Amino acid sequence: MEFGLSSEQTLLQDSVNRFLTEQVPLDRVRKIAAGESSDAESWSGLTDLGIPGLLISEANGGLGLSSLDAAVVSELLGYHVTPSPFISSAVMAPAAMQAAARREDLLGSVATGETRIGIAFAEGIGARNDAGLTVDGGKLSGKSLFALDADANYYLVSTDTQKIYLVDANASGLSRSSLTTIDRTRSTCELTYEKVNAELISDDPDVFRIALDAGLVSLSADTLGASQCALDQAVTYAGQREQFNRVIASFQAVKHMCAEMVAGLEPCRSMVWYAAHALDEIPEESTMMASHTKAHLSEVGQFVTRTSTEVHGGMGFTDLVGLHYWFKRAGFNRQLLGSPELLRERAARAQGLAA
Amino acid sequence: MDLSFGAGYDEFRAEVQQFIAASSDKSPKQSGMGNAEAIAWQKLLIENGYAARTIPREYGGFGAEPDIIKSRIIAEEFSKAEINTGLGGQGISMLTPVLLEMGTEEQKQQFIKPTIHGEMIWCQGYSEPGAGSDLASLTTKAELDGDEWVINGQKIWTSTAHLADWIFCLVRTEPEAPKHQGISFLLFSMDTPGIEVRPLVDMTDAANFNEVFFTDVRVPKDQIVGQRGQGWQVANAILGHERGSLAPPDAALSRLNGVIKLMNSESVNGERVIDKPVFRDRLMKIQGRVLAMKCNDMRLLSASINKNQDAKLAGMVVKLLGTELRHELEALAVDVMGEIGIAYGDNPHLRGNGSWQYQYMFYLGLIIGGGTSQIQKNIISERGLGMPREPKPAAKANAS
Repeated sequence: MEFGLSSEQTLLQDSVNRFLTEQVPLDRVRKIAAGESSDAESWSGLTDLGIPGLLISEANGGLGLSSLDAAVVSELLGYHVTPSPFISSAVMAPAAMQAAARREDLLGSVATGETRIGIAFAEGIGARNDAGLTVDGGKLSGKSLFALDADANYYLVSTDTQKIYLVDANASGLSRSSLTTIDRTRSTCELTYEKVNAELISDDPDVFRIALDAGLVSLSADTLGASQCALDQAVTYAGQREQFNRVIASFQAVKHMCAEMVAGLEPCRSMVWYAAHALDEIPEESTMMASHTKAHLSEVGQFVTRTSTEVHGGMGFTDLVGLHYWFKRAGFNRQLLGSPELLRERAARAQGLAA
Repeated sequence: MDLSFGAGYDEFRAEVQQFIAASSDKSPKQSGMGNAEAIAWQKLLIENGYAARTIPREYGGFGAEPDIIKSRIIAEEFSKAEINTGLGGQGISMLTPVLLEMGTEEQKQQFIKPTIHGEMIWCQGYSEPGAGSDLASLTTKAELDGDEWVINGQKIWTSTAHLADWIFCLVRTEPEAPKHQGISFLLFSMDTPGIEVRPLVDMTDAANFNEVFFTDVRVPKDQIVGQRGQGWQVANAILGHERGSLAPPDAALSRLNGVIKLMNSESVNGERVIDKPVFRDRLMKIQGRVLAMKCNDMRLLSASINKNQDAKLAGMVVKLLGTELRHELEALAVDVMGEIGIAYGDNPHLRGNGSWQYQYMFYLGLIIGGGTSQIQKNIISERGLGMPREPKPAAKANAS
């Protein structure tokens, strides 16, 4: 019995962590967030480490690793607030296309970083006002909001009935405009379709479920990493900042905030590991666990990132320290692919406790 | 990630299941110390290796090599079958490990066997009215008079003192030494003249605790564990043992299933509570937290087997989170019942014997007992995160 990361997973963790620490530090993230640079360079660096093809099977040109490996990478991307199309191109798109066994020919070029596949699943999760899609004779019309990756070459688009279509980003009738969100480390866009050619990837809600579960665990791991970094920064700052002739880390009020962050976050690490393991190995629990994990991590992530900001006092609120990147990353993850309330309802349905 | 216990353990699990199938009719309905049925069951469990499993045979145990996975399998199978897991109590869970590690050969011979067989019941004399979170400031004193300690003082929160045959007790033996170095760990009979036990009724209406008063209690000099002045180290070894055991996630999972059943059976205006989204969301929130604790527990189990895994922080948060979580879980059940949730005692409308109301209050006690939540946060931040201790205030002129 071994509940934890294997030595190979620890090596993967070390090499990705080294790359992100050295090549994508906060200064670089700030440039991308300000629109002065794109995530292409860092994605290409991650490609050298094999990251885009992590979950793509060897037959399809990838590494064929496990969901736990992907969670390890997501956690680090969250820790370093790295802009990247990992969740869409490397996690959700391969999950959907491999589960449906459709258009797997595209995945080889995803693994080499040449192709990026965005995810426009909002309709399938919970249609909001302002959007809406119709499909008529293989042609897509309407609109998707908050599609992941404004630089993708293709999009997987879900309808409200959880059918998944593939559209080419350059297809005629498709227009795309970037959407500003609180989290400038993430790239999202609005897709407008006017009779756009769409290729059916799946009409099986189970394929949608599998891809969504994979995305939920990945976002949970991202929040885990972002929260861990916010906590680490709070402990470091409290150990340096002096008031009343003492470092503020010696005040119980501050220590207890830090202890509460640890208490919230530490079990989350095990929960993310288990949920990732369940995606591959315990199918009967995977949807319940993925939903619960994303909902729980969203609550803990919100608490940790706000509390870390409070520990920093006024500096935490400024752009100087940049702590807001972590706060916003967790805030973005919380709403994307289902807010905590919607996901707890999904967890209840997965156990037959709700209709 | 490997969650299986391995094929070698399947056989062991089958043995446990066979034992349960053959013997479960002997499992006592009432646990509780001093009850003949429970003592007979304990003896059967020890003979078969399902209690006192790793305690050497010469001290009355089963004498198996420690194997965390086998212990876990036993716990799982007994819990699944909902049968009695044998006697607990502070003599078995706390004193016995200490005697094995620090007791003299005579003490091991004298105390362990009757203790693990339920023939000698113990209570723990630690907390005092003036020494709670700051336990090391305790003032019950023991002075040497010839071959005897003479003990004077008062203990509080002493569970099972009214049933106990013996007490293991922290006393101050070196009043001049720094507070952590002046404490000794004594063992003595509760029949010794000069001991008075008064029950302490708590908010649950039960007397789960007592106050114990000592007036010139005379105890043989050699009834000490460890050296004079080493009592604090002895006590700390067992307090660590107590903390994790106050809030096991498997018990929370089984209580959670109970809440789900309750939400299916209770209704408001003919609508089942489980069908009300507001209640269901609260249930799901708590379930998420229980699952996180369950996963944390798997990690702790794994780290206890695989010494290269670090789960220090994961272990430190268990008491804090587990007791708070249980309190909230029981509170949800009370809210699910509404007015029925305030029924208590002999009220004919009680559900589940009033256990939800009782546990809701009892777990508030556990949030405080065994190191309050605030003390846990000090431990997590200081020992876990390396944050500095609160500076000591300037000493008072007459401070000891």
